Amino acid sequence: MFKLSDVINRSLLTPFNIIAGIILFIGLIITALRFTGGLAAVTNLSDYNPWGLWIGFDLLCGVALAAGGYVTSAAVYIFGMKKYHSAVRPAILTGFLGYALVVLALNYDVGRPWRLPYPFAVQAGTTSVLFEVGACVLLYLVVLFIEFTPAASEWLGLKRARNLVVRLTMLLTILGVILSTLHQSSLGALFLIAPSKLHPLWYSQYIPVFFFISSIIAGLSMVIFEGTLTHRYFAEKMDEAHLREKEDVVFGFGKAASFVLAAYFAVKVFGIAMDDNWRYLSTSYGAWFLVELLGFVALPCLLYAAGVREKNIRLIKWAAAWTVLGIVVNRFNVCLVAFNWHLPSSERYFPSWMEIGLSIFIVTVGVVAFKFIVTTMPVLYEHPSYKTPHP
Amino acid sequence: MDFSTLQDFYTYTKGIAYVLIVLTLIGMAGFWLYLTDQENDDEE
Amino acid sequence: MSVSRRGFLAWMGAAGITALGSQAGATPRHFKGYPQSLCVLHDITLCIGCRSCEAGCNKVNELPPPAVPFTDLSVLDKKRRTTAKTYTVVNKTAASGQEKKPIFFKTQCNHCLEPACASACFVRAFTKTKEGSVTYDASVCVGCRYCMIACPFEIPTYEYEEPLTPRIMKCTFCHPRVTKGLLPGCVEACPTEALSFGKREDMLKLARERINKYPGRYVDHIYGETEMGGTSWLYLSGVPFRNLGMREDLGTTPAPELTSGALATVPMVAALWPVLLTGIYALSKRREKILSGDKQNALAQAVAEANAKSQAALTAAMDKAKREKEEAVQKAVKAALEQSAKKTQEQ
Repeated sequence: MFKLSDVINRSLLTPFNIIAGIILFIGLIITALRFTGGLAAVTNLSDYNPWGLWIGFDLLCGVALAAGGYVTSAAVYIFGMKKYHSAVRPAILTGFLGYALVVLALNYDVGRPWRLPYPFAVQAGTTSVLFEVGACVLLYLVVLFIEFTPAASEWLGLKRARNLVVRLTMLLTILGVILSTLHQSSLGALFLIAPSKLHPLWYSQYIPVFFFISSIIAGLSMVIFEGTLTHRYFAEKMDEAHLREKEDVVFGFGKAASFVLAAYFAVKVFGIAMDDNWRYLSTSYGAWFLVELLGFVALPCLLYAAGVREKNIRLIKWAAAWTVLGIVVNRFNVCLVAFNWHLPSSERYFPSWMEIGLSIFIVTVGVVAFKFIVTTMPVLYEHPSYKTPHP
Repeated sequence: MDFSTLQDFYTYTKGIAYVLIVLTLIGMAGFWLYLTDQENDDEE
Repeated sequence: MSVSRRGFLAWMGAAGITALGSQAGATPRHFKGYPQSLCVLHDITLCIGCRSCEAGCNKVNELPPPAVPFTDLSVLDKKRRTTAKTYTVVNKTAASGQEKKPIFFKTQCNHCLEPACASACFVRAFTKTKEGSVTYDASVCVGCRYCMIACPFEIPTYEYEEPLTPRIMKCTFCHPRVTKGLLPGCVEACPTEALSFGKREDMLKLARERINKYPGRYVDHIYGETEMGGTSWLYLSGVPFRNLGMREDLGTTPAPELTSGALATVPMVAALWPVLLTGIYALSKRREKILSGDKQNALAQAVAEANAKSQAALTAAMDKAKREKEEAVQKAVKAALEQSAKKTQEQ
């Protein structure tokens, strides 16, 4: 006899679902507290520290780590590197979910989220770097959504919609690179207006360049890192082409990441040289800056290089994970550590448990969505009706 | 180091920058060769 | 949609003339601010720390009653900053100088000539009015708090406790009052001459005069004259301003100039990236075509060579077979002839 409890016990109560469920439940509680008690009830933000973990992690890190979308599609469609084709859809999906979650997080952080359209619909503050960030993020979210629809269309059998979007690939890819260049760099440019509040080793006229170049590094590394996880947990969903091209992606992207990391290192050194800030390197903040520059830029650059030269996939994968961590360290440094360095420690900020909890909640929403999409739609495999010829 | 004029400051910093530019170009070229050169001896 | 050549030239001409007309020339621009802009001169040497200005501000702006009454001067023992309930605060420094007297001074929004908050706000919620006040419009504010990041004087505060209608809170320069010709609440309440109010040029002149008249009394600097491009609150002090916690390292660059460089590259990227990326695409397509063309040529050549080879082998084999056949025929004929010769001989 069919029992509902049997179905529930057997299929829904997996460890993943239980943990995700608990996190989602806690997230809903924090949501209620935020919208009944204000930011004061949930965060450690203050008048000295208006931006905290939700801006530092969910916005800054979220946007940087979603950069794999534009990097991968540029590599395949603009630079013509067809052997990475299987990496495009997972990267676009990660990008789309990443940006969608950024918008979700902003709905918690800003005071009146229903007014988020105001800069575009009511009154535009065009002198503001934040205006440009908002406009580009909004447009790019739309681009990513459209770029994602072929996978959904194939699943739903919407052949004409799918074919129409595929014809737009070049236009969407170029638009995606333009928008990404603009908003990735502008997230750094946000801090240009506060030179008196950001430590000299992190404040530079070149912050926009730092953020843009590191977004490329973040994108390349996330594709490798996330590809590793996907292969581990969703290998049965990957078709022959994806499994075959996997190694090419790791080596190719690892090589590119190594080279760009070397350039990023040079660019950071130039930043110090142009402002004559060498003397700050011998301070305690200087020591932390060197940890970031040597431990999270130079080191992964060399690890990637060694992995590529020695054909050591495992080393490249660890380098990718370490690089992703380094991007997070950098964004945290700019937004939370080096920012307000001049204030006494009594006025410095550290996130509350609920801020951390909500960030985990938002990431979990993304992981759950990713899992659902990847197991139901042709992202890791090619839909049989649309198989493209492979060399 | 104390500079009395902006001009003096720029002369100093841009002088260092030009040296770094040359080093960077040589370094990046060399690094690219290092990256694309496979460890052929170790390959089976 | 197709455009005729004549139509295109006419359109370009019109666009060009419009552009020329709006150009002011290539000389660098200089903005002098609103003439007749109002200003307060705060003479710190005259402040007695009575907190009457705080009380006046609270009354005039209908702010919530304070936790501790304004007459309680013990709050001055701790360093205070503006809060969501107080637009202005008086602070006290430790006793210093020859007379060992503590110094009192007032802090509030400086109503900069080129406000960082106005530059940073992505909904234009802040306006530098012609009277000099920098006003805030809560009806468009989204609550992103970027203005708080931007303000070098760390003035704007936020109603973090409000769940749905949080506002930025800061001194308004009593804009509704000054437009009616009244004094700001704090200036009116001040019992000494620590706060003087008037046009900015006049306040600058007044400050200069005081410094010149009493050089031993004042530090030779009017704080706010050039800081961040100039502010509408000017300060005179008997001790270095940094001793009061007022930053002397802010520089004179107005806030909008700090981000104008980065923002200036946006249209360049929008205009040039399409050309650059399409060019790269074209190059990679061409390279692919040449490579596949080379591949095809090599393939065709290999096939042709193989054909030629097999053709030659076939011809050779056929010739050989023909030769062998002829040899065999000759052999057979020879053998037959020998046979018949032998037979004839036997008979």
